[in-house]
Amino acid sequence: MTEETEDVLAIAGRWVAEGETVALATVVETWGSSPRPPGSRLAITASGRLAGSVSGGCIEGAVAEAARAVMASGRPQLLTFGVTNERAWEVGLACGGTVTVFVEKLA
Amino acid sequence: MRRALFDSLQAARAAKRPVAVVTRLTDGAQALIDEAGAEGDAVPEAVVAAARQALRDDAARVVEHAGERWFLHPHNPPLRLIIVGAVHIAQGLAAMAPLLGFAVTVIDPRRFFATSERFPTVTLDDRWPDEAMAALAPDRRSAVVTLTHDPKLDDPALDAALRTEAFYIGALGSRRTHAARLARLAALGHAPETLARIRGPVGLAIEAVTAPEIALAILAEIVAVRRGAALVARAPAEAAA
Repeated sequence: MTEETEDVLAIAGRWVAEGETVALATVVETWGSSPRPPGSRLAITASGRLAGSVSGGCIEGAVAEAARAVMASGRPQLLTFGVTNERAWEVGLACGGTVTVFVEKLA
Repeated sequence: MRRALFDSLQAARAAKRPVAVVTRLTDGAQALIDEAGAEGDAVPEAVVAAARQALRDDAARVVEHAGERWFLHPHNPPLRLIIVGAVHIAQGLAAMAPLLGFAVTVIDPRRFFATSERFPTVTLDDRWPDEAMAALAPDRRSAVVTLTHDPKLDDPALDAALRTEAFYIGALGSRRTHAARLARLAALGHAPETLARIRGPVGLAIEAVTAPEIALAILAEIVAVRRGAALVARAPAEAAA
């Protein structure tokens, strides 16, 4: 259902093979208008490489920041961004929707 | 995600085996579920059943069970686009369809057309369409498009496609060509409501002229049908026309 132009999992697997520390962020729920459906993925390395997306670019920065903490601790996080969340104004989910993103380390 | 589970997921995807990743959102407990079994952390039976349903629906979703939330993430094999006729329009389809998540197979027994030079990125099948279609066995995640204009090639493919669950069947050709085609297929025993599954003339009406534009119109129609867009819903009378 979430056919992608790039195979985020394959890229994440290659990064791990190269010795990178990798986190996966996955859209698990959306409400209202949001650009990416549940199942959309973003892979992030501790060194700052990105593949895929979890929004139209609005929240990737904040997700990357959370991913750094997840990679350091090994503990997954569930993030919510939306108009009811002050954080969302900060990171600018301009579409007005709400999105929940699960962030986990690929260990 | 633990590495062992990730490797199993990638192995299933490489083997084109449907599998769902199930994650407990409170703590990240995780398992892979397929039709036959499960691997990874323990998952309640009700959640396993919900994951299998998510696979069949091809829809990622969150379910709640015993006060805990679980994310069900199906990974089905790629959609398939089966094209009959290694013609110019097929080259446009072969270039664009992978961007939309389709694995492309081009059937054409005419070796003159079906060369890997013209189609570097797709699977070429040089069997006759009836034989190729029987082997490829289109399913409800498959689209079939005939482009040859040659009844000897198009008709057996359409005859076979109509006996499958393919979610989209399209046939290139003018209204007149299409009417003649429907008459021939009716003579093979297909009922009018079955024949109405064939989209012909193929593609959304965007006044496409060039081969890539026609390919775009066809792919737009395939997406519209798959997503249930209102613009491709047809009245029964029109569909039977």
